[in-house]
Amino acid sequence: MTTRSTQFPGAGAIRETGRLFALGLDVSANIFRRPFQTREFIQQCWFVASVTILPTALVSIPFGAVIALQLGSLTRQLGAQSFTGAASVLAIIQQASPLVTALLVAGAGGSAICADIGARTIREEIDAMEVLGVSPVQRLIVPRVLASMLIALLLNGMVSVVGVLGGYFFNVVMQGGTPGAYLASFNALAQLPDLWIGELKAVIFGFIAGIVAAYRGLHPAPGPKGVGEAVNQSVVVTFLLLFLVNFVLTTIYLQLVPSKIG
Amino acid sequence: MGVEVVVEGLTKSFGRQAIWRDVSLTLPAGEVSVMLGPSGTGKSVFLKSMIGLLKPERGSCTINGVDIVRCSEHKLYETRKLFGVLFQDGALFGSMSLFDNIAFPLREHTRKTEAEIRRIVLEKMEMVGLAGTERKLPGEISGGMRKRAGLARALVLDPEIILCDEPDSGLDPVRTAYISQLLVDLNSQIDATILIVTHNINIARTVPDNIGMLFRRELVMFGPREVLLTSEEPVVSQFLNGRRIGPIGMSEEKDAATMAREQADIDAGHSDGGSDEEMGGIVPQLQPTPGLPERAAVQRRKDRVMQILHTLPPNAQQAIIESLSPADRQRYRIPAGVGARDTAQARPYGGRPSPRPRGNGPAQGSGFQGELPTQNIAQLPDSGWQTGREGGPR
Repeated sequence: MTTRSTQFPGAGAIRETGRLFALGLDVSANIFRRPFQTREFIQQCWFVASVTILPTALVSIPFGAVIALQLGSLTRQLGAQSFTGAASVLAIIQQASPLVTALLVAGAGGSAICADIGARTIREEIDAMEVLGVSPVQRLIVPRVLASMLIALLLNGMVSVVGVLGGYFFNVVMQGGTPGAYLASFNALAQLPDLWIGELKAVIFGFIAGIVAAYRGLHPAPGPKGVGEAVNQSVVVTFLLLFLVNFVLTTIYLQLVPSKIG
Repeated sequence: MGVEVVVEGLTKSFGRQAIWRDVSLTLPAGEVSVMLGPSGTGKSVFLKSMIGLLKPERGSCTINGVDIVRCSEHKLYETRKLFGVLFQDGALFGSMSLFDNIAFPLREHTRKTEAEIRRIVLEKMEMVGLAGTERKLPGEISGGMRKRAGLARALVLDPEIILCDEPDSGLDPVRTAYISQLLVDLNSQIDATILIVTHNINIARTVPDNIGMLFRRELVMFGPREVLLTSEEPVVSQFLNGRRIGPIGMSEEKDAATMAREQADIDAGHSDGGSDEEMGGIVPQLQPTPGLPERAAVQRRKDRVMQILHTLPPNAQQAIIESLSPADRQRYRIPAGVGARDTAQARPYGGRPSPRPRGNGPAQGSGFQGELPTQNIAQLPDSGWQTGREGGPR
């Protein structure tokens, strides 16, 4: 809204990043402010869950299958069929499931949140709320961000299970793997911290998806077209951030947590 | 009693484009003011700056000692509780029913029971003529109803300052008249400071105590209603009469060539777009509905205006003096003969015809700078506004 007269290349990008970060801090601080909007939170959880559960499940089955098939043929060439189960569990729990969850929370939940907030902004509802002495961040944004975090966490569990089941099915039925070997090697490579990092990633991704959606929704270009663009941008920006953050988190995790066999 | 709003040197621009510069005015406590201006002169932006939704680059807007432009987030939210704001489209929450919309401020800011909330909300809905539509969603009702619901929501906390952004847009003339009456009645009941942003001439002529006008990125004038209504400033009279002849063009300003061509058309007998009737002059102000208390602001304003009378343009002076009742004349010790046309016009007020909005306000002090002989200057009785102001409830 307020553009300073000092312009240099990239100033806009830095300003936007700074504002996004400021909103993130604002939301974090407001999470602890009473009264907590329980009703809104539950409604939003229900909403985000209802738009994401089915697509996530549908995406996670082929995702698990692809990993299983790929690993299956790879391990057969290396003569390590007995590790197929171990490797696919590791890949699904550590990488695939948080990403699938986050992509869908951002794509289905985040876009809806962004459109909702954006429409409220251009209809001056957000202004009206501020004028009535109610902070829109505390009242609207915090419940949405928390909802997308919680749902990401829960969905991550579901995706892990469905993905592993899909992998099992395709490995055993399609590739003629032995069920016993698949199950037995389950915990050969995977360990508990893998699950923790998967869940942690999901929560962080949920937070990012919520914040980006809310930020773009609060600052759309004028007019209905602006809201459309804002939704579009929010999804793209979230995806970019997700892969960046995933890369950073994975690097840190691999450095910090020793692998089981090494 | 309402709160005084002091705006000083407010300047706002979007990027390179200046919206308005150096706007200074004082909304006197408990009085009704109107801000006029052609479309696109930043009237709504001004209103939003007053409540801290937009941050002006320079200047201050002080309410109860808090500068809205520069105070902390916490203070800002506290101060906003004094406001009731009616947005252009009502700005209702689309996901809530009308009842929940109007109950929203009560549920957020008070500890009232649900039964009390219900009573207050229904009373306000009755007041704006929306009884029986509690369960409707904002999407299901007409624009005029949304606007009235927005007004009900703005009123529900008994605000001390009411800001209305074009209360008449989207309303038919009858409903506009009702809204005007409602605002005047409210002022008499809760004595709130009211600012109405509009370009409806009818509202501007009948409702306010003070009128201001924004044009060409600045405040053309702001002062008692008589000043603007009797003004001979071309912009003001063009606007009041809705003519095409004058400095206001289809885009913000017009050039000399357009002006000359239009004048030629008029001379050739083409209508100038305005009605033949001259809209200048002062019409009686709208009074509260019989049965309601007198507006406390009327007496306060009279005292205030009589204090600054000598600084006003002669036409306004005369209009004000003519409007005084014999009792008032007694009170302000105005000799019977003063105020007749010849007296006032023989002594032109020595300045620009339109006074700068502030600088002639009470803040200027009691130094009389007018050229009127002493017996012609209004004098306050001992129980005048100064003492009333000091001792009055704040």
